[in-house]
Amino acid sequence: MIYDASPIAVGLFVAFVLFVLGLSFYFARRTKDSKGYFAAGGQIHWSVNGIAFAGDYLSAASFLGIAGMIATVGYDGFLYSIGYLAGWIVALFVVAEPLKRLGKYTFSDALDAKFNSKGIQLTAGISTLVVSLCYLIPQMVGAGALVTPLLGLPHFVGVIMVGAIVIFIVATAGMASTTYVQFLKGGLLIVFSTVMVILVLRSGFTLEPDDYHDFETIPVTVDDTGTVVLATQNPHVYVGQEEVDDHTFVRLAEVGAEGDADEGIETWWSLDEGGGDYFLRETLSIVETGDGDTLYNGAPKEDEEFFQVGHFNRIIVDGEEVESVEGLNPAEFLAIIEDSEIVRFSKETFSSGDDDVTLWYQNITSGEKIMRPGLKFKVDEGSTTSSKLNFVSLMLALFFGTSALPHILIRYYTVPSQTAARKSTIVAIAAIGFFYILTLFMGLGAMINGVLDVESSNMSAPLLAQYFGTALFAIVSAIAFATVLGTVSGLIVASSGAVVHDLMNSFGGFNLSDSAQVAAGKIAAVVVGGIAILLGIYFKGANVSFLVGLAFAVAASANLPAILMLLFWKKTTARGIAASVLVGMVSALVLILLSPSMYERYGVDATAPFPLDNPGIISIPLSFVTLIVVSLLTQKPDSEPVEETSAG
Amino acid sequence: MDHGPAVELGQDNASDIKARIGLVLFVIYGLVYAGFVVINTVSPKTMSETIIFDLNLAVVYGFGLIMLAIVMGLIYNAICTRYEKRLNTEESEPS
Repeated sequence: MIYDASPIAVGLFVAFVLFVLGLSFYFARRTKDSKGYFAAGGQIHWSVNGIAFAGDYLSAASFLGIAGMIATVGYDGFLYSIGYLAGWIVALFVVAEPLKRLGKYTFSDALDAKFNSKGIQLTAGISTLVVSLCYLIPQMVGAGALVTPLLGLPHFVGVIMVGAIVIFIVATAGMASTTYVQFLKGGLLIVFSTVMVILVLRSGFTLEPDDYHDFETIPVTVDDTGTVVLATQNPHVYVGQEEVDDHTFVRLAEVGAEGDADEGIETWWSLDEGGGDYFLRETLSIVETGDGDTLYNGAPKEDEEFFQVGHFNRIIVDGEEVESVEGLNPAEFLAIIEDSEIVRFSKETFSSGDDDVTLWYQNITSGEKIMRPGLKFKVDEGSTTSSKLNFVSLMLALFFGTSALPHILIRYYTVPSQTAARKSTIVAIAAIGFFYILTLFMGLGAMINGVLDVESSNMSAPLLAQYFGTALFAIVSAIAFATVLGTVSGLIVASSGAVVHDLMNSFGGFNLSDSAQVAAGKIAAVVVGGIAILLGIYFKGANVSFLVGLAFAVAASANLPAILMLLFWKKTTARGIAASVLVGMVSALVLILLSPSMYERYGVDATAPFPLDNPGIISIPLSFVTLIVVSLLTQKPDSEPVEETSAG
Repeated sequence: MDHGPAVELGQDNASDIKARIGLVLFVIYGLVYAGFVVINTVSPKTMSETIIFDLNLAVVYGFGLIMLAIVMGLIYNAICTRYEKRLNTEESEPS
């Protein structure tokens, strides 16, 4: 899609960035020691910390990724919302208070509190770095996706820009400025998402969204050889056809007067059958020609022939078919979608002669299918044992991953007490839960209002805002950008803490002075930020929510078994913890690298050795088993057992 | 190397009982969540059954899990606060 930069959007974006930078300068003057840099002095109020939690957690994956996934596959996208939120239960009921009591700056502190073990310091520090990097990738991808429509800049410029701003924020004031950026962003995100959902409900449904492309349908016949035959009175001429995965796609050329701009333009159409009649439906196509040109719907990109999509095929209200309906309550909104039919755009790629074709064809889908699982996660039609295990594995990782994310865990050290840690978690659950309910309405709103960019599902929420006006688009885009800034800041603080506190001071025995720790933390922030920029550029185009799901799997496998067993199993030993962290992290990473999604990204034409995209179902139990076995093998009969650390 | 808290924390005599209550609530929520995952995996069409306000089970169960987390969080906090008041003397109350 071609995006034009909006002056209002640019103005708001610049104002926001300047404000954030000002905030960082302000806090930089007050941040003198390592406690201030890594834990904001431990004096943040629980209510502020709760919203900052939300700001930290509602990352690009939540706002851009989930809304985008719901907009393209319906309820399956909402499963991420449910899993992400459910994970906070583990954080609240099991992790929050003990972690606050045991740790100082990092999650490794808590794990190592009873042991002072080099093995734990090393593995937990590395695990924090690895999980943070895995989580940074989708945030940077989201940043690049946002900057394109907001400022009209290429993806890589967006990634570099976010990286540079965040490195500045973190390197100046650490956790204090990060906390207030997240608080601000979390609050704004929830407020303006609510505004957007109210607008979606008020505007209701229509068969013809504003400024929407009028998709053509051409009646045709099919001869005995299966070849499509056009009627003689037709503005197109048949060029050829391709059979792909049970679909027939037909290439037509425009017939116009000589010199007519459309004359000779070739477009792709999908062949459909209904009631014994055949017809062609318009598709969206991107064709890489043998000459090296890229054509969007047959024309160069700048001709803007590539449309935003997503509309109703039929709207059913109380059993009656209608053209539009306005002013809906939330239950009506969801119930009508379930009764109606929606045109989604499904992707196919194939070669035709010298051309490589990627097209999105109209896929009329019943609301009943959209509003239950099955369109993305193969748990129903066409499901296999692998596909069902893949789904269970994802839900397991989401449930256990939240309370193992280093940038979430370190936020427990910014509040003054265990009680404050608990209360801030409840504020976070309320804020995040409310936001996740909104994602279903935002995603479905984008699905039926003709705003989707088929090239990037991540842009669904901002483009939905654009449907309601440039001002809202500008605000929402600036907030989305802030969303990325906030989360990336938290991740870089966590990484920098792991490098300086866990790896250099604890493991390496550097015994840095307080000011040297802060200086080293700033250098680490710059290095980690640089790596994140490179990864964000490489993973361009991947759905950010999918990538975050993988980060959750690594976190849940590497960190959570260690946390839980330390708290609730007296026979846990230092070696058991170190082995569990290492095995969980390595197994999750290896299984991801051997998964079908990664093989697709490598461009390898071979079956992936590991059939699941989500490794949690293997790597989480493996990590638990490792901890138990190694702990049992390394018991010291003459030493005291590990105290149950839940005791005060 | 000092791993202790970044701020001085007082003695919390309620931490044992809070941990046990947390574990019980965690198991309850975990079972409800597991039920959701099992239905989605084993019988996804069941999720299309209309339950209330013309909404299907998928939506009601999904929203229910989110609301349940908030409600259980509030209940947990109320119980914990009560135990903290009862078990922590003024001198040893967590800061």
